[in-house]
Amino acid sequence: MSTGATTTVDHVDGHDHHEGNYLTAGRGLRSWLFTLDHKRIGVMYLGTILFAFLLGGIFALLVRTELLTPQQTIMSADDYNRMFTLHGAIMTFLFIIPGIPAALGNFILPLMLGAKDVALPRLNLASYHIYVIGSLMAVASILAGGVDTGWTFYTPYSTTTNGAVILVTLSVFVLGFSSIFTGINFIVTVHRMRPAGMGWFQMPLMLWALYATAIIQVLATPVLAITVLLIIAERALGIGIFDPALGGDPVLFQHFFWFYSHPAVYIMILPAMGVISELVAIFSRKPIFGYKAIAYSSIAIAVFSFLVWGHHMFVSGQSELAVVIFSALTFSVSIPSAVKVFNWLSTMYRGAIRLETPMVYALVFIFLFGIGGLTGLFLASLATDVHLHDSYFVVAHFHYTMMGGTMIAFLAGIYHWWPKMFGKMFSQKWGNIGAIVIFVGFNVTFFSQFVMGAKGMPRRYFNYPPEFEIYHVMSSIGSYVLAIGLFIAAGVLVHSLIAGKKAPVNPWGGATLEWQAASPPIHHNFDSPLLLTNPYDYTAQRWDEAEQGYVPVDPEKEPQTT
Amino acid sequence: MQFGLFKSIFNPSHDAAKPVNGFATEENPLLNVLAQLNVGSILATVRPFLAQLPDSFWMPSQASSKAAEVDTVFYVIYWISVFFFAIIVGLMALFIVRYRSRRQGERAPDSPNHSLALEITWTAIPVIISIAIFVLGFQSFMNIATPPRNSYEILVTGQKWQWFFEYPNGFVTSELHVPEDQPVKLTMTSEDVIHSLWIPAFRVKKDVVPGRYTRTWFEAQEPGTYPLLCTEYCGTGHSDMLSVVTVHKSGTFEQWLEESANIYDTIPPAEAGELLVQRSGCVQCHSLDGSPNIGPTFVDLYGYEQQLTDGRVVIADENYIRTSILEPMTDLVAGYEPVMPTYAGKLKDKEITYIISYLKSASDRGPSEEESAEAETEDPAAQDPDAASATEEE
Repeated sequence: MSTGATTTVDHVDGHDHHEGNYLTAGRGLRSWLFTLDHKRIGVMYLGTILFAFLLGGIFALLVRTELLTPQQTIMSADDYNRMFTLHGAIMTFLFIIPGIPAALGNFILPLMLGAKDVALPRLNLASYHIYVIGSLMAVASILAGGVDTGWTFYTPYSTTTNGAVILVTLSVFVLGFSSIFTGINFIVTVHRMRPAGMGWFQMPLMLWALYATAIIQVLATPVLAITVLLIIAERALGIGIFDPALGGDPVLFQHFFWFYSHPAVYIMILPAMGVISELVAIFSRKPIFGYKAIAYSSIAIAVFSFLVWGHHMFVSGQSELAVVIFSALTFSVSIPSAVKVFNWLSTMYRGAIRLETPMVYALVFIFLFGIGGLTGLFLASLATDVHLHDSYFVVAHFHYTMMGGTMIAFLAGIYHWWPKMFGKMFSQKWGNIGAIVIFVGFNVTFFSQFVMGAKGMPRRYFNYPPEFEIYHVMSSIGSYVLAIGLFIAAGVLVHSLIAGKKAPVNPWGGATLEWQAASPPIHHNFDSPLLLTNPYDYTAQRWDEAEQGYVPVDPEKEPQTT
Repeated sequence: MQFGLFKSIFNPSHDAAKPVNGFATEENPLLNVLAQLNVGSILATVRPFLAQLPDSFWMPSQASSKAAEVDTVFYVIYWISVFFFAIIVGLMALFIVRYRSRRQGERAPDSPNHSLALEITWTAIPVIISIAIFVLGFQSFMNIATPPRNSYEILVTGQKWQWFFEYPNGFVTSELHVPEDQPVKLTMTSEDVIHSLWIPAFRVKKDVVPGRYTRTWFEAQEPGTYPLLCTEYCGTGHSDMLSVVTVHKSGTFEQWLEESANIYDTIPPAEAGELLVQRSGCVQCHSLDGSPNIGPTFVDLYGYEQQLTDGRVVIADENYIRTSILEPMTDLVAGYEPVMPTYAGKLKDKEITYIISYLKSASDRGPSEEESAEAETEDPAAQDPDAASATEEE
């Protein structure tokens, strides 16, 4: 483990120590593509993931545009089916699952531990390469005729339809390994590389969240791998596992699929909650309220996440007993989520709340995730789920949690750590404008979907009854506003790279260790000995006008100067 | 105790709705125990208040015995959610306004960062509410999942992209007809992929799975016509896999069923055929206005040359049509996907003959002018008014 870390330091020794940072240490494409530096791998992940997000977003806009009228608008039914399949598959497997852990987590986790790198840098690089290969396979499936199964690949439709189903399920198989590698790496790193003095309960909550996420990634993803291999076996070799025409059971597929894919939504949301826990404390200038409760709730969510998959199958034909047990267990997952929200609010109570852009996104998160979480109650409850299942109500619910939750937290995290990643400050005014446009666009897009879903609009419909047109038009217009907001948010960051002011070491006054590294950090992260404090103690720092950032109160202990 | 009293108010005479009578609870002791927790009393208490709410904003019209109950659960959860959301966002807004810091470097005054009492409280309250919501939803669900023993059974088959409903007398329709105020049990299966039958006005939904039977039941209460949809994605025509359910007034259903089952023998063959192509779901894929759809149009089909995928060219005569209905993969017309399911066993020989007669009448190479003119003049006389009103709903 430590060998890997040492190698990275040797690798660039020549470039180091003279005002070089990790971005300038080593030049040329090769120095990026084969780097073992967790920060560079994180940045490459970030770029690739954002590209996947753009692609998935374009598909989403095409889908929404098609739905502007009750009949055909811009594409055929078959093209529409391929569009929503690709939108779902790309957003899920290429964007949301790796989003926060692989991009932000890779960059932040070792820095938060005061370490030089992750424990297994080569595995880390392999994870990125595998991610790229898997993503290319997914994109190639578009050229190979597309896939029209929906991202859930339900059998026997997925084993009998035309299209590049084998290619896209293989890509899911490959992407799964990227996810497993990241998970193993984070578990080992958190166990083995905490600095002296940082016990489990001195860790930043982001690390608890990433750790809980990693456990799910390692334990659940292999089940998905097996499931997609079985689909491929059935399609390619005619082995009857799921298709009743071959002697299989289609409901078995749903059990396998959701055994992974329900924990997977916690792979998506847990790191988001970790980001929000950090941000709410820092921008309230106050220790996080109920540290242990938040830490334990992350683990509780990870454990409960394995026990609730059957709630995707209340009307599937599984036994009534199973349905009732899964409903009861599903409610258990709402408790730790609620606890987190109450802790965040209590952290804000009597704080000194700074409405910097990352905090604005964090507040947007609490609002949208609140709706996403509470609407989950309707779907966990059996009587109402029977009516709402597979309707737009469900579509709205998971977009509120996955997009309103995870994507917003991802943006919050990007804005928060941007100065650390690239050493540049962005325009807070435009950053906040972007957040507000996203907030408005998001609600117009998805709240209308709750209403039409409850009224009887099924999901995945190309044509729809005319009485739903008003809601669909509203939703589509909202999606354009949302897209404008996202372009503003991206523009702000791109502009900062070109014309942003130089970022101080600690622009927001964070007390976690990454804010003691230079902005951007040097290749091996830290030069001088670190000052380990409580990650939520903000009393040992003050605002420095000249620096335009926070500096330690006692200059004797100042770890480094610019 | 008093729960028992409330239960009898809630379910005055409706034996069937008690889940303890159902098979599922007999098999599973756990469900039996849960079923004893009587929440009917809670529902009965809150319903008068909820009834005054503008519920039309969220839910479609209520047309089954279970709809009001499901909506009550919905609105209980809804108001709990609104309450908690208001608290969360209200506090958040209050704190932002009250504690906003406009000066860099400002420090928050010391305040406790932990409170066991508070944390136990806000864990316990959601736990209690969750259990209550679970039991509410569970009770209603057991009612939906457990058909009463005296239910009227209709067999349902889903296939890409249409529904078939078979009544006890063997009559098959593509639209569901049910009597008012009588429990109806649907026993369902699929010919191909998974479908899901949803009747929003009844608040029922159940997947229709190949290789096994699933079931659901309802008791319709308002005569009328309501949408029935497929809500499990099943391919190209998924969003066209629509039908309707017609609720017949008490006492008129049996009469409708008898007349409809016999109607093909009482009207001219071409008209019987036209009814059949509509009722058997042919029109989901084959248009009657000349435009191509998932399959070729029925207009000007009979007597014309058909270019097949294997290069042959055949004239669409009686035997070609019969083969296409019974063995759709034998003669595939070029330009269309091979997606048509077989109708062997679904249409009787006589019915196929009627459909051929209709296709002749829809083609300018069909019967001679005289014949069709003759058929038209016979029309009004042969049709009895009741049957006409039944068919016009299609």
